[in-house]
Amino acid sequence: MLLEIKNLHAKISGTEILKGIDLKVNAGEVHAIMGPNGSGKSTLASVLAGREEYEVTEGKIWYNGKNLLELSPEDRAREGVFLAFQYPVEIPGVSNTNLLKTAVNEIRKYRGEEELDAMEFLELLKEKSKLVELDQKFLSRSVNEGFSGGEKKRNEIFQMAVLNPKLAILDETDSGLDIDALRIVANGVNKLRSKDNAIIVVTHYQRLLNYIIPDFVHVLYQGKIVKSGGKELALELEEKGYDWIKNGKSEVAV
Amino acid sequence: MTETEFKQWFINNFQNFEKNLNGEKTSSFHLIRKDALSKFSSLNVPTTKDEEWKYTSISPLVKHSFNVIPPKVEIASELVGKFLFDQLEHHLMVFVNGEFRKDLSKLDELPQTVEVTSLSNAIKNNHPALLNHFGKYAEDSNNLFTALNSAYTKDGAFILIPKGKVVEDPIHIIFINKAENESLVTQPRNLFIAEENSQLTIIEHYASDDEGIYFSNSVTEIYLGENTFVDHIKLQEESKKAFHIARMEVDQERNSNFSSHMISTGAVFSRNEFTTRFNGEGGESMLNGLFMIDGEQFFDAHTMIDHAKPYCNSHEHYKGILEDKARGVFNGKVMVRPDAQKTNAFQENNTILLSDDAVMNSKPQLEIFADDVKCSHGATVGKLNEEAKFYLKSRGIGEEAATAMLIHAFASDVITTIKIEALRDYLEKIITQKFNQ
Repeated sequence: MLLEIKNLHAKISGTEILKGIDLKVNAGEVHAIMGPNGSGKSTLASVLAGREEYEVTEGKIWYNGKNLLELSPEDRAREGVFLAFQYPVEIPGVSNTNLLKTAVNEIRKYRGEEELDAMEFLELLKEKSKLVELDQKFLSRSVNEGFSGGEKKRNEIFQMAVLNPKLAILDETDSGLDIDALRIVANGVNKLRSKDNAIIVVTHYQRLLNYIIPDFVHVLYQGKIVKSGGKELALELEEKGYDWIKNGKSEVAV
Repeated sequence: MTETEFKQWFINNFQNFEKNLNGEKTSSFHLIRKDALSKFSSLNVPTTKDEEWKYTSISPLVKHSFNVIPPKVEIASELVGKFLFDQLEHHLMVFVNGEFRKDLSKLDELPQTVEVTSLSNAIKNNHPALLNHFGKYAEDSNNLFTALNSAYTKDGAFILIPKGKVVEDPIHIIFINKAENESLVTQPRNLFIAEENSQLTIIEHYASDDEGIYFSNSVTEIYLGENTFVDHIKLQEESKKAFHIARMEVDQERNSNFSSHMISTGAVFSRNEFTTRFNGEGGESMLNGLFMIDGEQFFDAHTMIDHAKPYCNSHEHYKGILEDKARGVFNGKVMVRPDAQKTNAFQENNTILLSDDAVMNSKPQLEIFADDVKCSHGATVGKLNEEAKFYLKSRGIGEEAATAMLIHAFASDVITTIKIEALRDYLEKIITQKFNQ
């Protein structure tokens, strides 16, 4: 098993957001986590990536045989965890190339691999940028600075492609995208799917799941997974809305 | 010592200094020194009650009795090599404890008629340009430390670029200070004259290879004739126990273009006063600065851009990175006089505090007396962007490397405007060494 979350509780500024999450993810699977606003979806993504503002008060997260909660954010990334940010950060003065070059080489160093030379690295960037139809000129620009919403999200998936994670968490990668941008992003993600990696798609809308077909869909509500099912669950949610979940009683199935 | 005793120390020691001038005290130039000494005697030692010294206390400085006649010390040429920049073609002037060292300098490839010599040589020869320009821009009458420098003027760099001449390679001037057993004072006095249509690049570099206690009190006057280009880089890497007080006065004639970068990492105390004055239309001035201090270091930049004539542009951007208990002061004044219509002036100061104990006082000031101008100014003081840092870490970049990347990024808009690549590389290296060892 790649990821196992057991009874995860987490709070921020004294407020408990996650109230006992259980989730198992195997390599080769795509899981969608859906739910109304404020249900804790982004908190779950942030806790997995190691954002320090969140305090885990109970529970365990096992990732690839390791206790994930004991790893620093950078070590999680080096172990193959990737978070595509809901709001990618603008970093003036740091170019995309510089960020990726430093990231790739730090990760390789951690794994005891040789650093990539300049030529190999540029080849890698060129190849992966095609995946999300990202113009080469973006590479020399500052990270996300002056990018449109769609460009920022494409840049996240581009970074994912270059870093080649074992576990990718896409936090509302679809929000704010027009249908063309959504297709490009989804195509990129689909090309990165393999039997060796897993993807957790966190989304409010079913729309993205027309393009990235999940193996499992989980509904998060008030800090707990209240319903799990196959891809048809997403369609049901789209049709009925979240009120159905809010009013109904929890029936947890795995 | 008290402040009064500090002043008295320099008045009393003047005779010793005179004796050491080897008979030069009968020269006409010596009258300038004596006049400066009398001005020095009548000026008050600045205290924090003075508006211009509000955040800058010189009490750590006045404690010391600095030897006014610095001893001659031996310096191996390999040591000079430590302060040179990789892969930079340059002309070189080396000063050790204030004295020009021809044996360590390299001035044999200068274009003909360009004069690059020591100030002591210019004094000895009664150089007409020296008498025309000396003290004209940096006046003694209102500045205690300038008056002190003038009174004790003995050596420094003297550069005269005649009409139409272009010196392509930078002139690298290194002031190496070496205080071994006792504290000493060196007072370099520099005069750079660029005549009409000439071009020049100067690196004014203050350095030490040990942790000696000394006081470096320098004055630099720069004259830019009509349509000249002068690129000036000051690099302050004094000993971490040194006191550095420096004044630079720039006089810009019509259509001249002055570019300045001040990079400051050294000294326990540094005060930098810097004025550029537009005396003709169409002048351009860029004043960029980067100071990186830590421990208990103190840095102060007082700048003044004087728009006295119309159609001039100035661009000033000072950036600071403060760690530990470091303290910084930025006081930047832009004066737009009634005559100076169509002025374009931009001024900005940004500081990053990397610790809770670091303190920055920033005061950008605009004084506008003309009505058709475009001016802006601003200041920010903040911490490193934690969200950006988390973003980098989430990509596998470690704490130190992430911090260093963000510092590089912060400093980049000052560093990228430096035209000399070797110097940009040197600064990038300093940042990497400081923040990502």
